[in-house]
Amino acid sequence: MKQRAITAMNALAVFAAFLLLWQIVLWVFHVAPYMLPSPLAVAKAIGARLPSLLDSLAITAEESAGGLAASIAVGVIVALFFAQSRWVRKMFYPYTLLLQTVPIIAIAPLILMWVGAGQPAVTLIAFIISLAPIIANTTQGLISVDENLVHLFLMHNASRRQLLFKLRLPHAVPSLFVGIRIASGIAVIGAITGELYAGSSRVGQGGLGYSILYASSQLQTDYLFALVFAATVLGFSFFFIVMFLEWYFLHRWHESARVMETE
Amino acid sequence: MNSSAAIAQNVPQIEIFGVTKSYGTGQKVLESLDLTVCREEFVSIIGASGCGKSTILKLISGLTSPTSGTIRVEGMTPVNARETVSYVFQEATLLPWRTVSDNIGLSLELEGVAGDRRKKKIASLLQLVGLNHVADAYPRELSGGMKMRVSIARALATNPRLLLLDEPFAALDEMSRDHLNEELLRLRGEQKWAAVFVTHSVAEAVFLSDRIIVLAPNPGRIHAIFPVTLPSSRGAALRTSSEFDALVSRISHSLRETLAA
Repeated sequence: MKQRAITAMNALAVFAAFLLLWQIVLWVFHVAPYMLPSPLAVAKAIGARLPSLLDSLAITAEESAGGLAASIAVGVIVALFFAQSRWVRKMFYPYTLLLQTVPIIAIAPLILMWVGAGQPAVTLIAFIISLAPIIANTTQGLISVDENLVHLFLMHNASRRQLLFKLRLPHAVPSLFVGIRIASGIAVIGAITGELYAGSSRVGQGGLGYSILYASSQLQTDYLFALVFAATVLGFSFFFIVMFLEWYFLHRWHESARVMETE
Repeated sequence: MNSSAAIAQNVPQIEIFGVTKSYGTGQKVLESLDLTVCREEFVSIIGASGCGKSTILKLISGLTSPTSGTIRVEGMTPVNARETVSYVFQEATLLPWRTVSDNIGLSLELEGVAGDRRKKKIASLLQLVGLNHVADAYPRELSGGMKMRVSIARALATNPRLLLLDEPFAALDEMSRDHLNEELLRLRGEQKWAAVFVTHSVAEAVFLSDRIIVLAPNPGRIHAIFPVTLPSSRGAALRTSSEFDALVSRISHSLRETLAA
């Protein structure tokens, strides 16, 4: 516990040093506020426009969470399909790589054209961009079961169902979490990127990406910084929620969760 | 030994007739193997690496099928006989997400044994292998020797009449290995299963077995068979007796012949 407190203090000290450096740059180079606002100005902007900032945050959080949830559901189902045979994997796996390599910026306009601007389109973009790591990691977990464990199950006349639910799926859970950890970060990025194109259907109020565009066009640089800060907080929250769930479900038996405890 | 036991021991548990096994590349792993293991008999198979020891266990369990020849377990095909057989692997092969109790109960669960009967059986097995104090622990918290006990308890849960053991103690230190050997003999005395035990250790084979098969490699075939005529009630003291030493050195010599040829 004491160890943890020290770690937290150190991290906070780095943050304080960063703020100080930021302020020193402003003092020394006399940067215009619309180019780089002071940390205090950003804090004031956060305070003054907190309700709209939180609204934007909520919209983006909703889209990222919806996209991530959909990619977990679909990703696990696809992985179950991929785990059936090597041939299936050989035939379809290259296309999941496409999911990962097609730049989302390039297909966002298409999605907008098909689905129309608004939260559904943004959620869809978050879903597409976060799907590949779930599929890849879960498939890996499902097929990397120790051969002797499969033999053990066969020796006791296990059914296909039992092999799946009592062996392959539980064995894949740690890998699934690795996938979710990666996907949670890019789902947030996907939602914000999507909003840059799609804005939001809610009149007068958009998610973080939309608000970033708006603040930048109005040269409200202090609020722009506040929005960037909010986006970072969102990404971090997703990451930590996933880390916590991973620890909660795995720490009793899996090494990866134990490493988190000792770090 | 009473007469009914003697009769029981003449009933074949495993019959292997002229079994040849080759893999895809045409390389022969086993050639025309004949072997009968009787009910309640403990047979060890010993031989150099790659002489098909583990393949014999895979064949008896039906995890692989012979290229030619036949195998019967209690008169049935190996796959049909699986309900009477348990397999113990070189590694403990436990499910890391299950506690010791739930690992022991796995085989019963897979075979559809009801919850309350399963609990009773698990409790008696925990007692039997001396793991009561770690019933709720997860495998990563256990030593190698304890994991292997869990593995053996799981194998015994379904009341098998035949145990196939593939170098189960190879990864353990000598103390744990000796101790588990004694345990295995005790369990066998109580439960009367037959066993085919694959090992690299001559001393271990002599200590445990009624009969020892020495295999020669390339392709795997029987080089020599040694009946073990030591007393059937064996304890740690046996390892220091002169008969024990004599048999160990005879078998070691035979094993060396297979390598020279």
